[in-house]
Amino acid sequence: MEKTSFLKRPGVQTLLASILCAVLGILIGYVILLCMNADHAGEGMKAILTNFFKFRMASHTTLMKYMGSFIVKSVPLILCAEAILFAYKAGLFNIGVAGQYTVGIIACIYTSLALKWSWILCILAAIVAGAVWGLLAGLFKALFNVNEVIAGIMLNWIGLYICNIIIGLPSCMNVSKSETYDIKDKNPSGLLPGFMKEFFGGNDYMTIAIPITIIVAIIILIVLNKTTFGYELKATGHNRDAAKYAGMNAKRNIILTLVISGAISGMAAGLYYLTGVERYVISSSVPGMGFSGIAVAFLGGLHPIGAIISGLFVEYISLGGQYLNTNYYNPQVADLMVSIIIYLCGFVLFFKTILNKPGKVKVKASTEPDDTAKKAEEKEV
Amino acid sequence: MALLIQYTLIFTAVLILVALGGMFSERSGIINLGLEGIMVFGAMSGAIVMVLLPSGTSKVTLIVLTLLAAAVAGMLSSLFIAVACINFKADQTLIGTALNMLATASATVIIKAFNVSRSKGTDFSAKLDYVKGHNAFMFKIGKLQLSWFIVVAAVLLICAIFFFYKTKLALRIRACGEHPQAADSVGINVYAMRYIGVLMSGFLGGLGGIIYIAAANSTWHFDYGVAGAGFLALAVMIFGQWKPERIAGAAVLFALFRSLSNVYMGIGFLHKLPISGTVYNMFPYIVSLLVLAFTSQKSRAPKAEGIPYDKGAR
Repeated sequence: MEKTSFLKRPGVQTLLASILCAVLGILIGYVILLCMNADHAGEGMKAILTNFFKFRMASHTTLMKYMGSFIVKSVPLILCAEAILFAYKAGLFNIGVAGQYTVGIIACIYTSLALKWSWILCILAAIVAGAVWGLLAGLFKALFNVNEVIAGIMLNWIGLYICNIIIGLPSCMNVSKSETYDIKDKNPSGLLPGFMKEFFGGNDYMTIAIPITIIVAIIILIVLNKTTFGYELKATGHNRDAAKYAGMNAKRNIILTLVISGAISGMAAGLYYLTGVERYVISSSVPGMGFSGIAVAFLGGLHPIGAIISGLFVEYISLGGQYLNTNYYNPQVADLMVSIIIYLCGFVLFFKTILNKPGKVKVKASTEPDDTAKKAEEKEV
Repeated sequence: MALLIQYTLIFTAVLILVALGGMFSERSGIINLGLEGIMVFGAMSGAIVMVLLPSGTSKVTLIVLTLLAAAVAGMLSSLFIAVACINFKADQTLIGTALNMLATASATVIIKAFNVSRSKGTDFSAKLDYVKGHNAFMFKIGKLQLSWFIVVAAVLLICAIFFFYKTKLALRIRACGEHPQAADSVGINVYAMRYIGVLMSGFLGGLGGIIYIAAANSTWHFDYGVAGAGFLALAVMIFGQWKPERIAGAAVLFALFRSLSNVYMGIGFLHKLPISGTVYNMFPYIVSLLVLAFTSQKSRAPKAEGIPYDKGAR
């Protein structure tokens, strides 16, 4: 009986469903590898899963260095996921995170390379830029009733093209290499201060971005669960009309949610590009970070702390693609696996229904109806 | 100017088909954000067929087989949405987004694998060339170079208008998008109607995909997907208020702005303006945002769209 109640806890069920999604995604990925090249599938899967741990043979320092880079690269993914789940709690599907991230890139790179501001101002610029882009989506939604998904997509593309124009300026773009200049060479004060560099094998990209990410996640957790504002957001998300009837300002909440969500996305870009680990390259498609963030948010059970764990997992899988032997496979297989995992996240409700089905274990008759009622509520959300 | 008309016609054809697809799906009650992904799947299989057909193939066979492949691939990929959203009551926005990502990723993987095996390991790109197929679709009226795709789109538009207003089946589909419980109470199978709606969107979306990549280009890089065309089509659908004849009108407007970015070089006064070409790329998106802002206020979206059908709900 003890075990039954454990499995019925919503938190445990979410965790189980997420693990199931991840495992199924990896299994389907394995089948895809089998279809592409049956002889090397086992080896390929091993390469994705062992990932940078293959450097444990080399030396401890190398391993820690690669692990550091892995964590640095997970930061924007986790923050984008936080942005998405924050908006999702208020009933808004902020697909515009990709665009808000893009304008964040514009702001932090331009202020850093062209204007030579110090890092704290660059980060602030990125946050403000993301927030403004979120504000636009929010205004369209609240004032003109434009679906936030469509508005977000349009703003994504507009952001991308603006980015290509501004970052393409000679003050930012190293035309001979067709990527932006190193912040380290042009404006050393624009780099984020280091954090635990020595522990991670002298990895220069380890910066305060990592503790900031964790702090942001905790703040979101507190805001959503312990404050009136968070309660209002969730209430608006559950039922906008009811929230309005209870005296909450639904329009203000929509705008505010998207502004905050945009600010987090902008910060994600700042905390990534100002470490110097990545240089922007003119692109004809919107950065995938915002879209992978959706996967991370849902895989993490829409929980701020869960997003950190699932963010590390998704980044681990995508990074694994680079360790594939390119003679047999191409690295995009890992992206395919990530997108399969997102698709499977849609079935979480179904997994939970299976977990809740009576049959295997006898359930007390009195507890059962309560659970189904709760589930029905969840379904409506 | 002929070039502008040419491009406008092509993009109109694409947007009409894909937006009609979105319309049928939403009218049945399923929001189809995966149109972009469906287009990618349709485009990919159509392009593969064009590449694989031997050079002696007659024009008619090539045209029919390409269109068939695109439509079938579109319908198969729309099943991803249908199964998840109709049978498993999944979040439709999430599934649509997932399908888009899935499509771009798998198209890249498949085309790369296809190129590698065809070139015996020398070609690692995600690009397909189909000049022969592209040319087969072309015909000329005077100075205007037209594509058979436009004719196909026009015929399908007329069929769609007839189907939408004059058949019993369409009325049933629409009922399921407005009030599925009421539809069910008079014996309409809501699940079946929603399946039909989503499959129709797959059919039209797949065709739209192949037209998008093959009517104006003779080569395509599949790692970029279809660059937001599916979402432009959704904007067209909303601007067209979920009605086929209005969608056709809206599509022309959007297509005009979309084609400006392709042809502004050839139009004297536009080329002389001191703005970067990238600005023209932004145009269709800015215009659709503004248009949506003015039209969404009194939006007549199907009432039950986005809500999974639950037989037991009141």
